[in-house]
Amino acid sequence: MAAKPSEKLLKRVPIRKKPPELRKRSFDEVSLGYNEQEAMAEASRCLKCPSPFCVKGCPVQIEIPAFIECIKKGDFSGAITKLKEKNSLPGICGRVCPQELQCEAECVFGRKGDPIAIGALERFAADYELKKGVTLPEKSKSTGKTVAVVGSGPAGLTAAGELAKLGHDVAIFEGLHLPGGVLVYGIPEFRLPKLIVKAEVEYVSRLGAEVKTNVIIGRTLTIDDLFESGYDAVFIGTGAGSPWFMRIPGENLNGIYSANEFLTRCNLMKAYAFPEYDTPIHAGKRVVVIGGGNAAMDAARTALRLGGDEVTIVYRRSREEMPARAEEVKNAEEEGIQLELLSNPVQYLGSKDGWVERVECLRMDLGPPDESGRRRPIPVKGSEYQTPIDLAVVAIGQGPNPLIAQTTSGLKVGEDERIITDQFGKSSRDRIWAAGDIASSEGTVIHAMGNAKKTALAIHNFLIM
Amino acid sequence: MLKVKAPAIAKKYKAGQFVILRVHDKGERIPLTIADANEKEGTITLISQEVGRTTKALGQLRKGDQIPDLVGPLGKPSEVGHFGHVVVIGGGVGTAVAYPEARALRKAGNRLVSIIGARSKDLLILEDEMRKISDELHITTDDGSKGHHGFVTDVLRQLIEKQTRIDRVVAIGPAIMMKAVANLTRPHRIKTTVSLNPIMVDGTGMCGACRVSVAGQTKFACVDGPSFDGHEVDFDLLMARLRIYMEQEKIAMQSSTIGTGGAGETYGS
Repeated sequence: MAAKPSEKLLKRVPIRKKPPELRKRSFDEVSLGYNEQEAMAEASRCLKCPSPFCVKGCPVQIEIPAFIECIKKGDFSGAITKLKEKNSLPGICGRVCPQELQCEAECVFGRKGDPIAIGALERFAADYELKKGVTLPEKSKSTGKTVAVVGSGPAGLTAAGELAKLGHDVAIFEGLHLPGGVLVYGIPEFRLPKLIVKAEVEYVSRLGAEVKTNVIIGRTLTIDDLFESGYDAVFIGTGAGSPWFMRIPGENLNGIYSANEFLTRCNLMKAYAFPEYDTPIHAGKRVVVIGGGNAAMDAARTALRLGGDEVTIVYRRSREEMPARAEEVKNAEEEGIQLELLSNPVQYLGSKDGWVERVECLRMDLGPPDESGRRRPIPVKGSEYQTPIDLAVVAIGQGPNPLIAQTTSGLKVGEDERIITDQFGKSSRDRIWAAGDIASSEGTVIHAMGNAKKTALAIHNFLIM
Repeated sequence: MLKVKAPAIAKKYKAGQFVILRVHDKGERIPLTIADANEKEGTITLISQEVGRTTKALGQLRKGDQIPDLVGPLGKPSEVGHFGHVVVIGGGVGTAVAYPEARALRKAGNRLVSIIGARSKDLLILEDEMRKISDELHITTDDGSKGHHGFVTDVLRQLIEKQTRIDRVVAIGPAIMMKAVANLTRPHRIKTTVSLNPIMVDGTGMCGACRVSVAGQTKFACVDGPSFDGHEVDFDLLMARLRIYMEQEKIAMQSSTIGTGGAGETYGS
């Protein structure tokens, strides 16, 4: 029996993905996105709520119903224009935003059925424009003011794009040899193709922001050098690049990586194509990845693609507390990655020549909520058990890189070494602003972008005063 | 030896710091210590031994060629002060790193005894330069082709046994050499600094590839070092970690695409 139209309307048009068997040894993108018919069909479900909740759920306040309406009518160029009014990086956001916690969480459809696939529609519009050729928006008249943006990740790119559009001269300083920050070194090709990042970085530089790679602010130049060379304002968006370890015995054994190193070798340095590319990586057969965030999912799925036979994610809380995007947990499980929940490593044991051979974990129970609002894991006494492994990736998070704080006098940082700012990103020092993970711990691409955008406006207001 | 135009790096450089470079689009990022800098010319000098694909490619560069990616100066500068009587030891290509530090120490008013060693006389570097700045220079070769037949530690041991006044030792070279020096000076409580050469990727504290254990604490050599108190360094861990990509290094050297890249190569090993 055919479903009633209203019921049918509650289901979203499925987003095509490569089947797990085909994708789990390949670094090609997993999600294939919508074609034109699918996008229009999905867009036609949108009710165009007069006061849309979805927009409130979006950290950069994209006019979601308006861009979806364009797609519905087949005006794909109109859709991307609408998106880019608020977001310079739609191809990236459409792929990596945790929509289920943001715009899609607010969608009224979500109460009874599937929320509109806002992320997939955003991606569709961005990819459409990429194929067709990118047009640039009108730029404001030059203000003659100059801004140095430090870091070319989501925060830096967003701030640079906004400030350039407003008519300021912007230079972006990047420490690595490629721009994009976590988008190039952290997020894998199979989730965010580097061509997309390249295209959106190019868009920002065509808006008028010059990208200078291989310059480490805090070493090659200091923030004070930037002011001395004439910049009127500095935006710091250097992210959270300093990996945390658990500080447990055996953690420095060979075969144990931070997620940052493991992913950087693979994504930025293309170690999966060794020896065509020069950077090597140690690929294991029996792999554990420690952590429950997106980096843990990315590392586990990367290890699988490098030839892992048994890849297990060890997480100390339960599935509900996992900070990873729900879609990526699902993707990982579909590909055959095991989740070992309520478990935490206590030590690694190695061979005589220094290679990891086993991990010892301890089972956990959940107690009352801790300061993060999630239920606190409590060790179960005597529950230690050992698992043979030949590769471990520690993906328990990262803190800010202290280089800039150490080399900039008067720049106040908190106990967590993050730069202290007011709600508009203004730091304790004159003419210095900061946003993204260097200033807050929200940790997602889109939050960094939302805060960077707000901060860029504050910088603009200061510059034209 | 390469002289590279890099005015921004030359301006900021202090003894003990390094650069990370990449020789082509598919290349690896490797750390190389800056042997010298000329702020006026805007140049830095790099010395490397051809041990991997990247250093081989560096060896093939001609005057006027470009190194596409070069970033620095990285790491903390070494401690230069007036300590009194200082012994600086350079092993192999480590002498390239020891030289600028020795020069800075001499400039700071220290009496300087230098010991440089290599496997054989053809591999000795910066002998004249070291002689020029040292109050006393000793040379050792493993094969006896020049100077003392043996190791740098033999000379250091003789100095200690002769009760030469030594206020500080700076040892830079292969991990095994630095370990031997540290073991030799420890019972005599002679403060000994070493410059570590672990594998690195970004060189800015982002990846943790270069983690080393110092006084039981994990440190990142790229941002916390590369210079550390030799008596507190876990050299066995350093040596184990330097071997991570040994298998891949062989593969890389065998698959001789246009000679580039290397697997975790370092200056001293």
